[in-house]
Amino acid sequence: MSGHLSGPASRESPWRSHAARIRGITPETPGVRTYELELEDVLARDQYRFVAGQFNMLYLPGIGEAAISVSSDPAGRKTLAHTVRAVGNVTDALARLGVGDQVFVRGPFGTPWPVAEVAGRDVIIVAGGLGLASQRAAILCLAAGRACRSVTVLHGARQPEGLLYAREYDGWRAAGIDVRTIVNDPGGAWSGPIGLVTDLLAPAIRDPSATTILCCGPDPMMVGVAEAATTGGVAADDVFLSLERNMACAVAHCGLCQFGPLFICRDGPVLPYRRMAALLRIPQV
Amino acid sequence: MPTSPPAVGSFHRLDRTGLQSVIDVLWRTGHRVVGPQVSDGAIVIRDLRGVAELPSGWLDEQDGGMYRLRHDPAAGTFDHVVGPHSLKNFLFPARETIASFVQASGLWSQSPPPAAAVPLAVLGVRGCDLAALAVQDRVFLGSGWVDEAYKSRRERLFLVAVNCRRAAATCFCHSMGSGPAAGPGFDLALTELDADFTCEVGSDRGAAVLAGAMAMGAIIPGCSMEEVEKTRGVSRALAAGMHARRPVHGEPRPRSLDTHGIRDLLMTNLEHPRWEEVATRCLSCTNCTLVCPTCFCSSVQEVADLSGDHVDRERQWASCFSLDHARIHGHSVRSATAARYRQWLTHKFAGWIDQFDTSGCTGCGRCITWCPVGIDVTEEIAAIRTTADGGSPSGTSPTGGTAS
Repeated sequence: MSGHLSGPASRESPWRSHAARIRGITPETPGVRTYELELEDVLARDQYRFVAGQFNMLYLPGIGEAAISVSSDPAGRKTLAHTVRAVGNVTDALARLGVGDQVFVRGPFGTPWPVAEVAGRDVIIVAGGLGLASQRAAILCLAAGRACRSVTVLHGARQPEGLLYAREYDGWRAAGIDVRTIVNDPGGAWSGPIGLVTDLLAPAIRDPSATTILCCGPDPMMVGVAEAATTGGVAADDVFLSLERNMACAVAHCGLCQFGPLFICRDGPVLPYRRMAALLRIPQV
Repeated sequence: MPTSPPAVGSFHRLDRTGLQSVIDVLWRTGHRVVGPQVSDGAIVIRDLRGVAELPSGWLDEQDGGMYRLRHDPAAGTFDHVVGPHSLKNFLFPARETIASFVQASGLWSQSPPPAAAVPLAVLGVRGCDLAALAVQDRVFLGSGWVDEAYKSRRERLFLVAVNCRRAAATCFCHSMGSGPAAGPGFDLALTELDADFTCEVGSDRGAAVLAGAMAMGAIIPGCSMEEVEKTRGVSRALAAGMHARRPVHGEPRPRSLDTHGIRDLLMTNLEHPRWEEVATRCLSCTNCTLVCPTCFCSSVQEVADLSGDHVDRERQWASCFSLDHARIHGHSVRSATAARYRQWLTHKFAGWIDQFDTSGCTGCGRCITWCPVGIDVTEEIAAIRTTADGGSPSGTSPTGGTAS
C-alpha cells in the first residue's frame, strides 16, 4: 500500500478551498442525499484527480467543514458526488441547500482502496449503512475494469429503506457484481435475509488466500468483519478498513483524528487491518 | 573594531550594555524582540525593549503543581529556567486565522493569505526550547504538508539562546537528550560568566547582528581559550550535576526519566491499571497540553463579523483532554479521563516516535509544574515500567471495557 498520497497540488496551502456549485441532489435513504458538485474554476476542475476511497473537506462559510468521501467514478471529470447524512451543523446546513448553491471543496485527502492491486483476486466489499458511500467509487472502478476475478458487495442496514444506492444494484449486477443485502429490522415487505452483514461474509469467502476485503461501517461492525475474515483464512493484510475520526485539517497537522500512532486523515482512512488490529481491540483508543 | 562579521562558531564577550546593543540592533533591523520578564508572579515571554526588563536576580522554584519566584541577589540574569510560555506561543499561536472568506452579491470567495510574518527575535531560549522547536518543525514543515503561516514565522525567527546554569527539580532535559546545553539551532548563544556574558555565534544572521552590536561598542571581540573553556564548562557541569541529582528529604524530587524502550513499553501497556489510577487525580483541565512546547493539536472555529459577510476560519489550540477532541457524530471516542490521559502520554512518548521519528517530550517539565494536582509524567511512566511485567491487568481496562 502506498504511503502518503498527496491530493491537491502539493505546493498549494492545505487551507485553500475551491468554490463549487451543486449541480444535482439525489435523495437516498432517509436523511441522506447525494450532492453532485462541480468546481467553478475550470483549471481547478481539470487538475482535480482522486482515487476511490479518498475524501474531500466540504466547507460552508460561517458554518464549518465536514470530511466526506467522494462517491463518484474517479474516471468522471465533470462532477464529484458526495453522499451525506444530515447529522451535524455542517451536514444539516448542506441539507438546506439546493441545486446551484455554493459549496467549497478542499481535497482530495487520504489513502485509497487498493483497487489497483486486486488483479486475479476475489474482492468482497462489506458495507454497513452509509459506509457504502466510501466504497461506491471503488465499486464503479471495479465494475469498469476486468482485472479482478470477482466482485461481491455485501451491504447491511438496520431497515430495508436504509440500503444505500438501491436503484443502482441492477446496474452493478449487470456489470457482473454479486450484490447481496441484509437487514436486521425488516418491515413487512422484506423477503431477503435478516441479520447482520457479517452473517453474509463467511459463505462469500471461497478462496481466502485470493480474497481482498474492503470494509466500511461503524467500528464494532468493522472489527466483527475483520475478525470473521481473518478467522476464515483471509490475511490481515488483505482486509482493508476505512475509519472515521474527527478531522479539522485533513493534513496531519491538527491531531484530532489520531488513532494510536496513525493520523486517519493522512495514513488512512483506508488501512489494512493488520496495522490496526491491536488498537481496535482496546476500548477508547 | 572588526571590519568583517564575526565567524560562525566564534566566541565574544559582552556585558549588559553589550546585550542592550544586541537588542537595539534587532529592533532596528525590523524584529519584534521578546524575552523573559516577571509578570504576575511568573516569568513570561513578552515584548522586550531593554536589559533592565530582564528578570535579573529572580529564581523559579518548581515542583509538581508548584511555581514560585524567589529573589536572590546572587542570581544572574538568566538563572531562572522555563516558565509557562514557550516558543510555541509565538510560532504556533493559540488563535490564528488560517483562511478568510468574503461574501458579495450572494457569492463567497476566499481571500488571499496574509502577508509574510513580522520578523521575531526571542531572547533567553533554552536547550529544551530549541529541541521543542525542532519537534514542531517536523510537525508543521516536515510531515508532507507545509503550514505556510508557521513557515513564514519560522524563516523570520532570530534566536538568542541561553545556556542554563541551573536546573529546576522539574527539569529532565538530561534524560531526553535535549539539554542543558543549547543548540544546535540558535543564532547567538549567551552564557553567563560572573557579571558578564560570553556569546557564541551560531549562524550568519547571528554574526551580522553581533557585528552591528559590536559597532556600538561594549562588546569585546573574541574570547580567550580559557573563557571558551569556561563557557563550555557551564553546560558540562550542569549536565553532570543533573545526572548526579538524588532526592533530598524535604526538597522537590529531582526528575529524570528512563527512556529505554519507552515506545514499546507504553504501547504494550495500553490497558495497564495505572491509567485508571491517574484518572482519579487528573482533572482533564488541559493545562499540560497548553504549556507543552510541542503539543500541536488544534481545531477550527468559524468567526463571522456582524454583517455575516466576512468569515475568518480561526485555528485554536485544542487539547486531547477535552471531550470535543475526538468527537464524532455527537459523542467522544475517548469519553473516559483515563483514555484521554493515556492518549496524551502515549502520543507524546510513543506515537510521536512513529509519526515524527522523535519523542514529543523535551524534558522541560512544564506539564509537571503547571498541573494543578501535580501529576508527573516521569512518575507515571516509572510506575508503568515498574509494574509492566507481571503487573498486567486481569480483565480491567481503563474504560470499563465499553467501546465507543
